[in-house]
Amino acid sequence: MTTLPVADTTDPASDAVRPRKISRKATGADAVFVHAARAVGATVLVITGGVGLFLAWQAYPTWQSYGFGFLTETQWNPEADVLGIAAVLAGTVTVALVAMVIAFPLALSTALYISEYAPAAIRSTLVSLVDLMAAVPSIIWGLWGFFLIMPHAADLAFWLQRNLGWIPIFDVPSADADAAVWDASRYTASAFCAGIAVAMMVLPMSCAVMRQVFSQTPPGEKEAALALGATKWGMVRAVVLPFGRGGIIGGTMLGMGRALGETIAVLLIISPAFELKWSFLEIGTNTISALIAGRFGDATKTQMSALLAAGFVLFLLTLLINTLAAVIVNRSRSGAGTDA
Amino acid sequence: MTLTTPAGERVAGATHLPAYDEDAAPAVPRDSLGRMTVDEKFVRIGSWASGLGMAWLITQQLLPLPGLAWFLIVWFGCGLLVTAITAAMSGGGFVEVRDRVAAAVLTAGAAIVGAALVSAMVFVVMRGWKPLLHLNFYLDDMSGVGPKDPFDRGGIAHAIVGSLMQLGIAIAITLPLGIGTAVFMTEVGGRFARIVRTVVEAMTALPSIVAGLFIYTTFIVALGFPRSGLAASLAIAVMMLPIIARAADVVLRVVPDGLREASLALGASRWKTVWTVVLPTARPGLATACILGVARGIGETSPVLLTSGAAPFMVTNPTDGVMNSMPLFIYTTVRSGEPNAITRAFAAATVLMAIVLILFITARIVARPRKTKNKRGRRTRPSVDLVVADPLVAMGPAHAAAPSYDRIEDNS
Repeated sequence: MTTLPVADTTDPASDAVRPRKISRKATGADAVFVHAARAVGATVLVITGGVGLFLAWQAYPTWQSYGFGFLTETQWNPEADVLGIAAVLAGTVTVALVAMVIAFPLALSTALYISEYAPAAIRSTLVSLVDLMAAVPSIIWGLWGFFLIMPHAADLAFWLQRNLGWIPIFDVPSADADAAVWDASRYTASAFCAGIAVAMMVLPMSCAVMRQVFSQTPPGEKEAALALGATKWGMVRAVVLPFGRGGIIGGTMLGMGRALGETIAVLLIISPAFELKWSFLEIGTNTISALIAGRFGDATKTQMSALLAAGFVLFLLTLLINTLAAVIVNRSRSGAGTDA
Repeated sequence: MTLTTPAGERVAGATHLPAYDEDAAPAVPRDSLGRMTVDEKFVRIGSWASGLGMAWLITQQLLPLPGLAWFLIVWFGCGLLVTAITAAMSGGGFVEVRDRVAAAVLTAGAAIVGAALVSAMVFVVMRGWKPLLHLNFYLDDMSGVGPKDPFDRGGIAHAIVGSLMQLGIAIAITLPLGIGTAVFMTEVGGRFARIVRTVVEAMTALPSIVAGLFIYTTFIVALGFPRSGLAASLAIAVMMLPIIARAADVVLRVVPDGLREASLALGASRWKTVWTVVLPTARPGLATACILGVARGIGETSPVLLTSGAAPFMVTNPTDGVMNSMPLFIYTTVRSGEPNAITRAFAAATVLMAIVLILFITARIVARPRKTKNKRGRRTRPSVDLVVADPLVAMGPAHAAAPSYDRIEDNS
């Protein structure tokens, strides 16, 4: 039997009934947990943020002594006290651009193939393979690029020069395209060869981001397109690609960010040269990361600061591209919650 | 009203009731809706077969285009052409042509990527299998062994030990800090957590060589410590910390809020909720995040190149002088240019790849969602599906891996 609660008038405390005080403040073990977690967070903030601040602080003397010329000077000549990163910066961007020109179509088609065309039975295996490709150490891609790809890349570079040499970027000024015996050594160790190896490194990361976004396409919209009579490609073009546009751009820029900082494969393949040039097929280029790896050992204090400044510029460039990528992905419709 | 002529013939454009047509052929149901019919299959495979024939004719008989590369390119071009023509002949028009050509191009792109991965693996093993047959390759170090020495002398034991020790120290630093930060960012929150998240996300952009340079200038040049295995571990840790923190953050964020709220509603404290609900739920995802971070760390050469040296002998004390590691050994050995040394480097690369592969397979096994085998009275914990919480994507833009809760396996 249910009884209604009866107010106990004899109890003096019942008049003073008040709602219990609600506090979100952690007490006891929770307080320990919250503070410990905050301490860990602060430690990581200090470590990671410290790296960025330290680089900026170390780069400052270089900025003071070389000024704006540090960004426009091509030579890195410590004996003459002429230090500048124009050539290496251009080389870095060239290698990254070559890598992206190769990696973008391959990453896009692989992502589309896995998410739309592959038989359902092997789809998860393919996803694992792409992840595995991302885990392959960069030194192995460097070996692959240097020993397996470079001779073929030189052939291709020669062919490009002979047939498209009238376009300035495909020209190799130091070699004659019509020579009876072509000088293969002029076409190796170029930004093009390094770009191929770097492309293989950044491809899986771009591909993974794109595939992830494609797989979030609302199935209702895909089925609607098919029900209206679209072919598979029609459905991909009308639904999947527009939906995944943010992921495509974001994944590409993310790959670009990784390509800019790649060191060891580039160091293994290129032959260092400090010059600004269009011809990416020709031997000799340099990147910021390769410059750091090559010059840190015998650097004096000023040069060390200059190397750190170069590293800081590289970091800023990567940061800018990654941030843009994140903004683009977040603003697009990709990944937005849809009911379909 | 149906318009008919007095003779009963139908007028074009008029509405009429459907009538049973006695003369029409009986409808044949398709075997399967999704699958291609035998005819279609024949046309598609046949197009590529004829492309193969044309490629042989063009490259071997008509034009001077020697080499496998040209053959493959011409085959692809001819195959596309024949595919387009047969598609146009099948009656679908331009729409059908575009559909089939697009499918062929996309498949070819994926095939190229697969070929690159397979060729890299096969090439490394092919060039480096010889030293792998000698047991001393796994048990000896390179002290007193010259670059020209045969493979029955010397080995890479020192590099393997160095790599494992450096990784061990780096993991001991990054794992608690990385997961702790992720817990802080997702479970405690607040304005400070947002700042931490922003900085950590920004620092994932740090190129590995700059991480090495940072440790080189602070630890070695400024503080005066010698180049050592410890410095290398610190450099790897600086590089791995943002990656692991960010990946763990994304994994923790896809843990459904319902689980947390259920735990809190049952009276558990926040700490208890994190320890007994959130972390166990995210365990497979966290394991994958860490293992992939480790796979990345073991393969990175550049931070190690700056902070340690390629010692040819076994070093077991990380604070005592230069200590070799696998990627550094490969890099320095291949730079020496001797054919025997290069073969040795390829053998070491094979071992490195095997280590990465083992780590990777472990990650996949750990990460696999538990099977819904409900033994009597035993409840399995729900696990986060890794298709959603893929730490590889977690290294990408923050919301590319948008949390979606509908794929959480509910197997209680």
